[in-house]
Amino acid sequence: MAPPQESCVKLGKSLSTTPSTGRAPAAVGTGGAPVLLLVSVLGALLATVATVLSQDPLFQFQGAIFIIGFVAAAAILVGGLASGGFKQDSSRYSDNVIKAGVIATLFWGAAGMLVGVIIASQLTWPRIFYFPEFGFLNFGRLRPLHTSAVIFAFGGNALIATSFWVVQRTCKAKLFGGMLPWFVFWGYQLFILLAGLGYLVGITQGQEYAEPEWLTDLWLTIVWVCYLLVFLGTIWKRKEPHIYVANWFYLSFIITIAILHIFNNLAMPVSFLNHKSYELWSGVQSAMVQWWYGHNAVGFLLTAGFLGMMYYFIPKRAERPVYSYRLSIVHFWALIFIYIWAGPHHLHYTALPQWTQTLGMTFSIMLWMPSWGGMINGLMTLSGAWDKLRTDPVIRMFVVSLAFYGMSTFEGPVMSIRTVNALSHYTDWGIGHVHSGALGWVGFVSFGSIYCMVPWLWKKDRMYSDRLIEWHFWIATTGILLYITAMWVSGIMEGLMWRAYTPDGFLAYSFIETVAAKHIEYMVRTLGGLMYLSGALIMIYNVIRTVGMPSSVSVNHPADAVPAGLAIAGE
Amino acid sequence: MANFVFKNHGKLERHSMLLLLFIILVVSVGGLVEITPLFFLESTIEKVDGMRPYTPLEVAGRDIYIREGCYLCHSAMIRPLRDEVERYGHYSLAAESMYDHPFQWGSKRTGPDLARVGGKYSDAWHRDHLINPRSLVPESIMPPYRFLAEKDLDYRDIKDKLKALKIVGVPYTQAEIDSATEDLKAQANPNESPTKLKAHYGDKLNIRDFGGGSDRITEMDALIAYLQMQGTLVDFTTYKADAPANRR
Amino acid sequence: MSITYETIARFAQQGGSVYFFLIFLGGCVYAFWPRKQAEFDHAARLPLDEDSSL
Repeated sequence: MAPPQESCVKLGKSLSTTPSTGRAPAAVGTGGAPVLLLVSVLGALLATVATVLSQDPLFQFQGAIFIIGFVAAAAILVGGLASGGFKQDSSRYSDNVIKAGVIATLFWGAAGMLVGVIIASQLTWPRIFYFPEFGFLNFGRLRPLHTSAVIFAFGGNALIATSFWVVQRTCKAKLFGGMLPWFVFWGYQLFILLAGLGYLVGITQGQEYAEPEWLTDLWLTIVWVCYLLVFLGTIWKRKEPHIYVANWFYLSFIITIAILHIFNNLAMPVSFLNHKSYELWSGVQSAMVQWWYGHNAVGFLLTAGFLGMMYYFIPKRAERPVYSYRLSIVHFWALIFIYIWAGPHHLHYTALPQWTQTLGMTFSIMLWMPSWGGMINGLMTLSGAWDKLRTDPVIRMFVVSLAFYGMSTFEGPVMSIRTVNALSHYTDWGIGHVHSGALGWVGFVSFGSIYCMVPWLWKKDRMYSDRLIEWHFWIATTGILLYITAMWVSGIMEGLMWRAYTPDGFLAYSFIETVAAKHIEYMVRTLGGLMYLSGALIMIYNVIRTVGMPSSVSVNHPADAVPAGLAIAGE
Repeated sequence: MANFVFKNHGKLERHSMLLLLFIILVVSVGGLVEITPLFFLESTIEKVDGMRPYTPLEVAGRDIYIREGCYLCHSAMIRPLRDEVERYGHYSLAAESMYDHPFQWGSKRTGPDLARVGGKYSDAWHRDHLINPRSLVPESIMPPYRFLAEKDLDYRDIKDKLKALKIVGVPYTQAEIDSATEDLKAQANPNESPTKLKAHYGDKLNIRDFGGGSDRITEMDALIAYLQMQGTLVDFTTYKADAPANRR
Repeated sequence: MSITYETIARFAQQGGSVYFFLIFLGGCVYAFWPRKQAEFDHAARLPLDEDSSL
């Protein structure tokens, strides 16, 4: 399977361009392709010069990725311009870039989950899954690869793709910027490659969820500003006076991630030809800025962004307007205001001043309410349509997703209480908590939205097989439950063992005894992750078959033609 | 007043720039209130004796610690809880990471806390353990780091590193920056004169062949040099935890 | 009276609570203003009313 190449071909063939007003000047008719070509050529030259001048092998590695990226872009642009492939696209909406986004989401999702299963196996069976001669496959390098792949590559692509869909439909306007959305898409994939391959060779600044080094950070900043421009520009062009609330969530996600990214990555490069940099902040300030960033990457990327998704796709799928538009407004402002304060709960009992910890805890507890506002609004949208739960597995996915959202946004405030945190911090409980949010909420709401969008994008009546969606749903749900229960058990167990005393007043367990005690739970966790990955692979198969279906309304594949077992094997 | 609110919020919906501005204002409050005082309140970082910037070899070792993602499994922040203080030592002070760009407190304890690992084990133990953790601790789930012992430390850019650290606030002197390469070699090689190194970084220094067994300076040398000074700098005999200035 | 840390902290705590609560009330007033009903009803239907989602 090679989705990137596939969408690469599409880029050359059918680029969406400027709005078909008919009076667009020729230069704009190509959607800015010549400008992008100029940027690519200059970028390739600059990257080549820097790579040649640098003495740092890791910097040269980054330079090589840039060169390949820019040269490939230039080649495709030249080909497209020469063959007239960038002629005006008269279609109402730009959907090809969204198709590419869906493919990238699925690809990176499967890749990121696979790395997750590998590192879970490493912690379970270290004698089998570690290779002394391949240091780049050690847990410490693969773990950022896993987190970045699922959060930024899977989650980020899902958000970019769905936001492009939602903003066009709810504004009744075509994407702004000609070929700029394509630059955002490919620029973002280049960022993913720079970051991910960088971790493997040892390029990291050592800040959780913000591991990419300064050069990669700069590139992402450029891409992100263009993303903001495309999104805002489309809103400016809207034919609908009201900005639908889903776009509020998307907009807050885009702008806040930009702010967080910039301030948490202010750093001094060792030299401008060296991959390494040192953060501007140190110690306590560095910790505070990092968790202000870290918690709000959760708050704005994994929550606000995906709430935007929820506010469009659930009403759409249920064919009912959102339960309370007023509630959505109130909980939007409350959510974005309160979330930003919650970071210090990651630093309880640390050297961070206590007043900051207390503020973080207080706001984390308050955060429970706006979070549940979103959950209630989503669930109640289905009131009167509950029968769809039985017939539509996608609706069921949305409901389970909201259930996990509700659960993890209750668990989070509980864990942010100092005394609870004394037990839960540093343990697997935290890992379980993020996975109930990531697998349950973020994963399922993305899967559900993609199951909605694929037939719309590729002009099909429906997905290839509802039965495979059922399989996906049940395998993944079981996998999540195995995962999070295993982590609750191991997390609380190790937390209690660390603080256990013998009657004589000595510590009861050595550290390694607490590690050995978790072996069974780690096996269960690996199994849960494997099941979740299997569900995603079933989905990919289902999407591929859907894309291959004839578009005509009259031709219908019997949904059950392929036994699910075979379908899994076929993948 | 309500009518005023109503009218202006109507505008907000229809004008995306206002919406954008409002979002920026709303999300800025929390960060400003929580972060900016940390730079101005003097009580944020305790006054302690003994803290010094990292030596060039320790800087190189710390960079390897970061590169290998050690912080993903090892915390380096001992909380003031009875069991942690008994297991790992005195709880960590803010002052102890004042020269850490960025901090490496970690958020997960898959392996034990390393904030005070310095001096707890011998160099040979660290070397053998890093090469194959399970040869010493059979139940360990830590990855093997044999390649560190095989790879020569690339310290061509050590001067630039100290220069960059000085720019972000670490008080290196020009003399320290100028002799960074020499100081690095002097710390890892007991045959070289440590006079200059000691003049720069004081007497509280580990100077020896950390990785052992060769005249090369390997990545293993640097990493063990860093690990062996973790948490050893502050003089706790002069630190008064109960003093009002240190109670936060 | 000199300005101490405690003074500032008390002011921030009490003033902050009142200030944030007023902002919250403002948001609620806006969201629940009766005349906005029609506009919100229209807005809520936006995802459903697009003419050509497929």
